[in-house]
Amino acid sequence: MRFIPLTDSDRSEMLEKIGVSSVSELFADIPEQIRLYDPLNLPGPEPELDLMERFEELAGENQALNPRKSFLGAGAYLHHVPVAVDQLLLRSEFFTCYTPYQPEVSQGTLAAIYEFQTYTAALTGMEIANASMYDGASALAEAVIMSARIKKKPKVIVSGLVHPHWREVTAAYTRTLDIDLVTVDTGLERGVTDSAQLAIDDTTAAVVVQSPNFLGNIEDLREIRSACDSVGALMIVAVAEPVSLGLLKGPGHFGADVAVAEGRSFGGSLSFGGPGLGMFAVNKEYVRQMPGRLAGKTKDTQGREGYTLTLSTREQHIRREKATSNICSNQALCATAAVIHMSLLGKDGLRKLAIQNLSAAAYLSRRVTSLNGFERISGAHFFNEVAINMPVDPQVVNSRLAKEGIQGGLDLSEYYPELKSSMLFCATEMNTKKSIDQLVSVLAEFEK
Amino acid sequence: MKFPEDLRFSKGHEWVSVADDVATIGITDFAQDELGDIVFVEAPEIGATLTQGEAFGVAESVKTVSDVYCPVAGEVVEINSGLVDKPELVNKSPYQDGWMIKVKISDLSALDELMSAKEYENYVLKSK
Repeated sequence: MRFIPLTDSDRSEMLEKIGVSSVSELFADIPEQIRLYDPLNLPGPEPELDLMERFEELAGENQALNPRKSFLGAGAYLHHVPVAVDQLLLRSEFFTCYTPYQPEVSQGTLAAIYEFQTYTAALTGMEIANASMYDGASALAEAVIMSARIKKKPKVIVSGLVHPHWREVTAAYTRTLDIDLVTVDTGLERGVTDSAQLAIDDTTAAVVVQSPNFLGNIEDLREIRSACDSVGALMIVAVAEPVSLGLLKGPGHFGADVAVAEGRSFGGSLSFGGPGLGMFAVNKEYVRQMPGRLAGKTKDTQGREGYTLTLSTREQHIRREKATSNICSNQALCATAAVIHMSLLGKDGLRKLAIQNLSAAAYLSRRVTSLNGFERISGAHFFNEVAINMPVDPQVVNSRLAKEGIQGGLDLSEYYPELKSSMLFCATEMNTKKSIDQLVSVLAEFEK
Repeated sequence: MKFPEDLRFSKGHEWVSVADDVATIGITDFAQDELGDIVFVEAPEIGATLTQGEAFGVAESVKTVSDVYCPVAGEVVEINSGLVDKPELVNKSPYQDGWMIKVKISDLSALDELMSAKEYENYVLKSK
């Protein structure tokens, strides 16, 4: 059966029309040495049943993660998502990843987005949040672009303790723009950013810090704020683990101008690292500079409460090349999952959840550092992650842990080469005392 | 539609009123009518230096956003702070209460390039 409806004469007619002699000429911009000329090296066709069997065999080689026994976080945190979240998401009116244009047929989705914005604003302590971005990393990139535009200054300083992937995404977004993205490492032994070493000057549009930072430690946002104020720079605060905000004051309480977060901890899953959910919040002053969609509450002609997209004139479909960003969508389904999860937790539930995370991480830290040769990199305050220096190669430790069905922490040397034998351990409400004790008993084999 | 005799007009549908070397600038009756209900006016900072034809701000209506251009070169000496809370003044009173900025003109000869009320009226009729 032919799946391509074009005949050779169709093809030559089209090529003639656009003035090209062959199809390969269309790929002239692709360097010769990376072009593929031979057919793909694939085995021949097989019966469907045989193929199913083959793929089931392959799938059987996957190791299912025991959620009680994972100690890996580093930007993607394993949390219990109440079953009600998935059940409610099955409702057909929520089953879209798009932001609705037509308020007359989309009140349910718009109301859910409005609630999501309200929760995001409350959580971050900011005045206004948008309908969501693709993920925390792209939200940060947009925050950087927005800040440079507001301040009309090129330099944005990023603490080296911001998630390395978020920094990479931000660099990719800003590479072709008139933005000078400067990453400053202020030393790892302190555990938190040293504002005095950030070299903030009057060409600085904004400073980016993450709290809790990539090493799990809580940044002193007051200190960063006053450093920004000395030159009138904006403060962008990134939050990779928003469950921490159940206990910590939101960035808005410390005078953040923009707060961005990865919302996957609420209602999301860890499926090959995605999908993410970007949370983005600003103060009213900058609402017209904010990227993304915004749902607003209003009244219809009969005075009834209703919801609609608002302030759309910032957006690409109206402002064209002068739009505040090119995101003309949001993560509606993930945002809905997040708002359902947050509403099930409630303010008190979120606080309790945060305490469980902190308690689990504190127990892990205490037990692991009681082993000879295992010590924390710094004495900074942490939330649910702790960076520990070990007397052994982290890869060796993780292979050993895997044999016990335990997923170890992150080998930090990949991102900070000077940390040769350090691991970032995460503990959440998923980890029981028993599972942490089991981790410690395996680590004890490597004691000095 | 009004075309006051004492004003000068630009092709970008801005008006200019000159007293000594200070120009008061706004958008025309025709411009506000085309844009519809104005909900926000973004003004430049006082002290900003503008070149002739440079965008100095934006007028945002319920259906679109339009840049507003400065018909003369100079330094911004005053902005209409009344528009912050009442952007609708641009619709209600485009030539008086709805003015946007005052500019200290650096080159008065630029005014010669602008249209008279009669010329602008013809320009609008033609562009319709």
